[in-house]
Amino acid sequence: MRNTRALSPIFELSAPGRRGATLPPSDVPYAALDEILPAEARADALPDLPEVAEGDVVRHYTCISQLNMSVDTHFYPLGSCTMKYNPKRNERLASLPGMLDLHPYQSEASHQGMLQLLFELQQMLAEIAGLEAVSLQPAAGAHGELAALMTAAAYFRDRGEHRTKVLAPDSAHGTNPASAAVAGFDAVTVRSTPDGYVDLEDLKAKLDDQSAVFMITNPSTLGMFERNIKPIADMVHAAGGLLYLDGANMNAILGIARPGDFGADMMHYNPHKTFSGPHGGGGPGAGPIAVRGMLGPYLPAPVVAFDGVRYRLDYDRPKSIGRVRSFFGNVGVLVRAYCYIRTYGGKGLREVSENAVLNANYLLSKLKHIFPVPQGDRCMHEFVATASKIKAERGISAMDIAKRLLDYGFHAPTVYFPITVKESMMIEPTETESKETLDAFAEALFRITEEPADLLHEAPHSTGISRPDEVKAARQPQTSWPK
Amino acid sequence: MTPDQLKFSKTHEWTHFDPATKTATVGLSAFALEALTDLVYVELPNVGRKVSVGESFGEIESVKAVSDIYSPVAGEIVETYPVPNDPKDPKAAEKRMAQIKNDPYGEGWLVKIKVADEGALGSLLSYADYQKQCAEEQH
Repeated sequence: MRNTRALSPIFELSAPGRRGATLPPSDVPYAALDEILPAEARADALPDLPEVAEGDVVRHYTCISQLNMSVDTHFYPLGSCTMKYNPKRNERLASLPGMLDLHPYQSEASHQGMLQLLFELQQMLAEIAGLEAVSLQPAAGAHGELAALMTAAAYFRDRGEHRTKVLAPDSAHGTNPASAAVAGFDAVTVRSTPDGYVDLEDLKAKLDDQSAVFMITNPSTLGMFERNIKPIADMVHAAGGLLYLDGANMNAILGIARPGDFGADMMHYNPHKTFSGPHGGGGPGAGPIAVRGMLGPYLPAPVVAFDGVRYRLDYDRPKSIGRVRSFFGNVGVLVRAYCYIRTYGGKGLREVSENAVLNANYLLSKLKHIFPVPQGDRCMHEFVATASKIKAERGISAMDIAKRLLDYGFHAPTVYFPITVKESMMIEPTETESKETLDAFAEALFRITEEPADLLHEAPHSTGISRPDEVKAARQPQTSWPK
Repeated sequence: MTPDQLKFSKTHEWTHFDPATKTATVGLSAFALEALTDLVYVELPNVGRKVSVGESFGEIESVKAVSDIYSPVAGEIVETYPVPNDPKDPKAAEKRMAQIKNDPYGEGWLVKIKVADEGALGSLLSYADYQKQCAEEQH
């Protein structure tokens, strides 16, 4: 049964004077705060913290976590996020004392094993990318985008070129234009054609000698392989620019197509999507980047080097943009990625992608009669279906369907992204789901479409909170407990 | 104003041009506002800003997405009808957003632009053609 008391806001569980731990009396001389800290360094008042016992805290957060849906508890076809099951083996390996208890200030000689692991990971990621140089430092995919764009900027600066623009298609992840802006570029949007590919005419019109980078997600957020990738790469290169691959959808092409072979000069990986890093929680994450050889000297320093005998951190990189993360990035996530890649091997990774694509196409073919897929009958690892038909006929929106799915014990697909498709539902089953799960999910969707519209408008009916007031949350966000 | 008196952009802005003052009034179509669902905020440019055809001069935020608002004409922004942004009075923003949603072709107007080049007006769509485009987008 749900413990509604423990689920109250933790401030409401607070009782004056209640403590989680009792500390012994201080054995150092007492000094008043105003004697040791100047006024400007002191807060006006004590922070407003809840006063609760340890048991209250544990019960509160455990009960909240039980309201959650996760890959360990539910099918989670959240398109664009690749919510596949992450083998527990990789968690166990990353938690071995030899991994976990290392300190970044240890001497290189005393952690050769870890350096070897990271060096080999650099090589594996370079091989999968078809690009020569890798930095493991960035702490997230978007951080990888930023680091790569900074690397590109350093490259152009070194060549005496001043390029101000970064282009991305309108179906791109919002992080692409955001990274461009943070890196000091002007973000320019390139249109997509109605069937979801980059509009070559529009790209041509917007490419010029000010264009530094064209950022493309391939396979795209619509779950399609960009059929014009070769002409696009040629156009970008002819304009003197670089092609960046947003590697969000690498799960669809591992061991099948290498970004470097289809013209990309730079890319990032999302290990949490592709290589069993943990999802969500705000980190720590990793977003390794791979670049073509000519860009290698500008990558963040240090990188792991090997002279045939010893592994070492190479700081002697005069053209490097410098550090983008303390120490060596989030090594725990990188260890998981290493274990994942080593477990599957080259052939196995290819099978991962084949099964991801197969599962998505299976689900597409089951659902397209009720939820048309504007971009066609075939997809890569995910597809974007539309609920606009059922919206027009019965007033049931993609949001209603998504919310109702929670009652059926399925996490919802991504809805209303990409915005180029109306009433979109972006579905990514991933390779780790069985045919039985996919059938059950399709069955739930069919049943939902036959339910009364009023029931769906009010869904979900089985969750602790039904529909939050999203407008109010966006307009008047309350991010701290009002005293 | 009724929509058949207006011209439309493919990107869902409507335009009403007054030849006497050479001023275009611009807003967002009912179709676009409907597709955006619940609106949160609209950000508009400062008066005096010069805009070109197709240039993004503002943003509309809904619970679904933040979308650019593109200028249908080239010229100078001479007047705007912004959304009040006073944290102490959230009702004022709510009222203005409701106005934009419920009366898109009247009080829902967003900016007035002193048109520099009337040529671009010719390439805007009639209401009938715009509706045809929207019908195609639905599928």
